[in-house]
Formats: sequence, structure tokens, C-alpha cells
Amino acid sequence: MNKKLIVSSSPHIRNDVSTRDIMLDVIIALAPATVYGVILFGLSAALLIVSCVLAAVLSEFLWCLIMKKPHTIGDLSAVVTGLILALNLPPRLPVWMGIIGSAIAIIVVKEMFGGLGQNFANPAITARIILLVSFPAAMTTFYPPFSDVVSSATPLAAEPATYTLRELFLGTHAGSIGETSALMLLIGFAYLLVRRIISPVIPLCFIGTAALFTLCLGGNPLTCILSGGLLLGAIFMATDYVTTPKTPWGMAVFGVGCGILTVIIREFASLPEGVSYSILIMNILTPHINRLPSFKPFGWEDNKNA
Amino acid sequence: MEKKETILHSVGRSLGGASLPHFKGTAEFETVIMPPPKSVAIPLQQHIGVPCEPTVKVGDKVYVGTKIGDSEKFICAPVHSSVSGTVTKIADVIPANGRPVKMVFIESDGLMEPDPQIAPITVETEEDLVKAARECGLVGLGGAGFPTHVKLTKRPDVELDTLIINGAECEPYITADYRECMENTEDILNGIYLVKRILGLKKVIIGVEDNKPKALKKLAEIASEKYDAEDEVKVMRLKSRYPQGAEKVLIYSTTKRKLPLGKLPSDVGCIVMNITSISALSKYIRTGMPLVTKRITVDGDAIKNPCNVLVPIGTSAEEILEFCGGFTEEPDKIVLGGPMMGNAIVSTDVVIAKPNNAILCFKEKKPLTSTACIKCGRCINACPMNLTPAAVEAKVSRKKLDADFFSKMNVSYCMECGCCSFVCPARRELVQAMRIAKNEMRRTSK
Repeated sequence: MNKKLIVSSSPHIRNDVSTRDIMLDVIIALAPATVYGVILFGLSAALLIVSCVLAAVLSEFLWCLIMKKPHTIGDLSAVVTGLILALNLPPRLPVWMGIIGSAIAIIVVKEMFGGLGQNFANPAITARIILLVSFPAAMTTFYPPFSDVVSSATPLAAEPATYTLRELFLGTHAGSIGETSALMLLIGFAYLLVRRIISPVIPLCFIGTAALFTLCLGGNPLTCILSGGLLLGAIFMATDYVTTPKTPWGMAVFGVGCGILTVIIREFASLPEGVSYSILIMNILTPHINRLPSFKPFGWEDNKNA
Repeated sequence: MEKKETILHSVGRSLGGASLPHFKGTAEFETVIMPPPKSVAIPLQQHIGVPCEPTVKVGDKVYVGTKIGDSEKFICAPVHSSVSGTVTKIADVIPANGRPVKMVFIESDGLMEPDPQIAPITVETEEDLVKAARECGLVGLGGAGFPTHVKLTKRPDVELDTLIINGAECEPYITADYRECMENTEDILNGIYLVKRILGLKKVIIGVEDNKPKALKKLAEIASEKYDAEDEVKVMRLKSRYPQGAEKVLIYSTTKRKLPLGKLPSDVGCIVMNITSISALSKYIRTGMPLVTKRITVDGDAIKNPCNVLVPIGTSAEEILEFCGGFTEEPDKIVLGGPMMGNAIVSTDVVIAKPNNAILCFKEKKPLTSTACIKCGRCINACPMNLTPAAVEAKVSRKKLDADFFSKMNVSYCMECGCCSFVCPARRELVQAMRIAKNEMRRTSK
């Protein structure tokens, strides 16, 4: 034996799922909504998606270059951020606005706080909110699908009953690129659950609470679920690993909080949509939720008695 | 006559853990007996407790089964010579785990002559049983190495009612216990019935993971043959989910009892014995030959002929690997024990002790590189003890050793099973961080 043996800590075998695989699964789960968004809203939507993704990846690459860090674009997390941001934008938004949004998401919200895993708020949501307050007109101009003439209100801003439930479910109405079709988002949700990428606790608590609360306020719970960014937010953004609690109870508190805040903003505030804000607020509260008494180690209760 | 052959299902829900690949390629390889090595080096401590003092001196003639080390202390298991020959040296050696231990070096005469004093034992009372377990030099053979006679000693403050036989063998690659089930089923059951009768236990559960259907069937068949109305020896099919064979997990899976931190299985009325241990006890009573050999699984992608081999205790890994035909290609890593909890060794001159059960040789494709924690929570879900390894690792990797924080995170519950590191998509060294945290707690509590 001439070769020196490797001595390392146990375990000596590892699961083959890496961070990159998880991100790839999220991208696959977003694919139906993305493709459908392009079909509905045409070339301008495709252009916006591609530029957001490229801008996000490039921002991360440049940041790592300038900060002399090993580049991390291979983990695909920047692709996910860019894609989720694009799906949250109106289809005809000027491309440069999308690029600014991606750069803000990656550089300001993610990298400045220490990069992957260190940000306290969801980069895509925060960037969307920054774009919304910076360019309120462009960010709220929606076009109906398959058309480029009439600008139209989203279901949340429109008069009630403008859209049928079928339209809402299939997504053939005005809205952000990726939020309109409940069907496509639910396909992505099912994929994430099957692949065990996310736990269903947050989405179910979020959607359930929002529906129940709307019902209590005399609204139609189905319209509440199917319109606006609720499904996109609950499935893909409220389940971001970094900015949400990890224990089942913490997840439940997070989901219920998001649901209540969303309905309060939708019903009582001057804004038509509250999903982004509610998730951002709950992101900020996450460290406090984590501090709630979480689960106890195995066999602790018997230690108390002994 | 009704069919009595029954296999129970586990009663406790599974506690976290991870689904591992099994790699039990050596399962159907019958045990081969290794020819006597030229020399052996037998550690005088192969158990948890007080080390033995040598009872032989340099130049003494010893036989197979001659006692070479013992102690007056209770928590101690004597050691015996595994070959016949002459004692050449007694010296301190630093083994794989880094703690120096005294070893007795014996040069073999190649004859493997058994000690003339060896004769079958009769066991009628509790004292006989405890004495037999001690004289056999028996320790927990699954890996822990806790002296068996201590477990079998009745305590005045607790009532023992259940004997749990650990045949889970949840570590990948290892099939040594499985071979014991298949080859020495009678010994296993004789041992079980003896311990049960003498200690007056109500229940016996033999826990085997469901990836070993043949072992389950064979144990259940022979148990039902020996069945009589009052007896209750049951075989239980356990989910193949690592770490099923960990003591706390096994007790919970088989009885739904929760073993608190720092307590012994006897505190919840259980005796847990490895399946090879009970078989060794029964063999000792049958023949009088103490524990001097151990079945070792030799496997891994760098091994030419994977096999199960019965080796004299104190044989060096090098000789065993040579006997097994050597390597297909020089390994990059050699692990003593299973891939989840075994130790990577520095060189092949380490010797096999009683609790060892595998030598695995791997070609390491490329070194692991850790990436940033994405807080996915997989380590939390995988931990059978409900801990948060990521939070501890975050502190340790920033070199912020804070014993108060570690104690709040309950790191002393960690049994280093390796599930957290196994599932981590960022490949972070979570188990190592838990070890560092435990060390820090030990250091500051002094």
C-alpha cells in the first residue's frame, strides 16, 4: 500500500440529491406555467422570461467575480429566482425593467446578505415589490391573452363575476405571465410533492386560510384561490427553503399568517393583490416563528419524569 | 394443528431516518473460515468499560480460548487468545480511534489447538448465566461493545420483561448478522430460550429488517417448531429504514417504549442483544469455547472477491484483505465498520476486535465539496432524535463554539448515525459538527 488513504468523518456514503438537483426540480415544476404563459401572452412574455433569467445568472456571476468568490451559478438557484420573478411580471413589461428586477433580486436581496441560504427575504418577491413601487403604471398594465390591443384588468381588480371559474382555472384571462392558470400551477405542485421537494404544509395552510377567511367575509372562496398570484405564491414562493420555517408547526403558522395577510390586503387595503406583501411580511417574521417552542428530542418527556 | 409461524409488524412508527441503498451483495455468500494467521495482536480492551490487565506474560504458551486478559472490575469483559502459540510482546498501541490500548501479541504455531480446559457449561441459575456471559468474553457484537453480562444482571429497581434481539443490520454492505441468522439459527434460538427461561422474561422479539425475507422466514419457522403454549418468541418484520438497528430506535419500533437520554434499556424493562451475540453465548454454553472469532463482511467497490469471512480476533485487516484476494485497484478509503458509522482507517495494520463487523474498501470518485446550506430542513426530518443538525453546524462552521447553545439544541441526544449528513444536498459535514459540539460540551462541563 503506497497510496495514502483518505480519512474523513462518517458517513462514507451520501445521497445523490444535490442542491442543483433540487433547483432543477423546481425549474421543471415551473415549466408548465412558463410554457403556458408564453402560449397565452406571446413573444413579449418569452423575451421577458429569458432576459430575467439571464440577468439573474449574469448578476450572480459578476458579483462572484467582483467579490473574488468562487462562482455559484452552477447550483441553478439564480435561474430559479429569475424565472419566478419573470412569472410574477405583467407580460408586456419593458424588458429593461425585468433586468433591473433580476439584478436587484440577486445582488441586493441575496448576495449582499451573504449569498445562497443567507437572505432573510425571498429575492423574487422583494424584487417584484421594488418594481411595483418604482414603476406602478407598467407593473399594473395587463393584457388579455392572444391579443395586443386592449389592456384589461386582472380578475382581482375587475368587477366581480367578470370571469368564470373555468376561465380562472385554465388561465385564459389577464394577469402576470405565470399566475393565471391554476391548472398548470397545480401540475407543478403535484410534481414538487411527488419528488418530495416541498412539504405540503405551507401551501395548504396558506390556501386554506385564505379561502376560509374570504368565506367568512362573504366572498367566494374559489375565486379567491384561483385569481391573482395566490397559487403561484403559495406553491412556489411561500415554500422557498431559505426564508420559511422548517418545523411542521412553524410551517403551519407561516402558512396561516400568509393566508390572513393576503385576504386583509385584498379586501381592506388599497392594493388589488396582497400575496407578495404577505409572504414578505411572513419572511421577516420567520426568525421569530423559529423561536417558538419547536419539537423536543426523542424520549425527552421521560427524562422530565425521571 | 394451527399454523403458528407468524411474523409481527413493527408497532412504533418510524422515527425519521433515511432510505439507504442496501448494497447487500454478500448476503448469499456463505462464511469462509480464514486459515490461522501468522500472528495476532489482541487488544485488552474491546468493550465499553474498564480495560483488562494481561494474565499472561511474554514467552507463555497459549491455546485457542486461553484467557489472556481480565479485570476485577464489573464492567469489563475478559479477552482470550484466538490462536495457539506463544506470547511475544505486550505493548501499548494506538488503534484507529486514537486512544492507546494495551495489546497482547501472539505468534501462532499454526495448529489452532484448543485450550485443554475447555468444556461445555451448564447454566441453571441467573448467577450461572451472568458468569457464563462474562467468561465467554461476550460484548455487544453489533458495534457498541457493551459487556453482555452487565445487561443480563438483574437490577433490584427495575423489572425486566422483554428480550429484544437485534437482527436489523441496517447499515449498508454488512451481511455478517444475516449470515449468522442463516447459518446458526438453532444457536440463536437456543440462546434466546435459555436467557428467557433463566431471567423469567415474558416476551422475546427478534427484529429483522424486511430486506432480509429469508432470515425472517427461517427464524419464524424454527421459532414455531420450538413453540410451546406459554412461550412467546416472535419474529418482527421491521421497515428497512436506517437507523432501524440503533438501540433507541429498535426499542421504539418493537415495543413503542421510549428510552430517555442517558438511560439503559433495562430502565424500560428491555434487554437488547445483537443476534450474533446471543448466538455466541449459546455456542459458548454448548462448547465452552469463548468468543475468539468474528465474522467480518469484506466488501466495497475496490475489493476483488467480496465475502463473509470468519477471522480470529486480533487478525490484521491487511491479512484479511489478502486472504480475500486483495483489491481490483488500490482503494482510496478503507472503512472499518459500516459506511454510515464506521471509521476510515489510516492503514491496514489495524486489528479486528470483537465489535467489528466489516471492512469496506472504496474507490473515492472525487472528494466531497460542501456548498452553502440552503436550509431545506432535510437533516431535521431525517434525524431520528428530532434534532436540528443544521443549526449546530452553522455555529460550528463559523467556529462559534457555544456550549449553552449546543445544550439547548440537545446535541447530547445525537448518536452520530449519519442520517443528516447522508441526506444533506449541500454535502455539509453535519455529523462531524455534532461531534465537535459534543466535545465542546464535555470540555466546558469539566
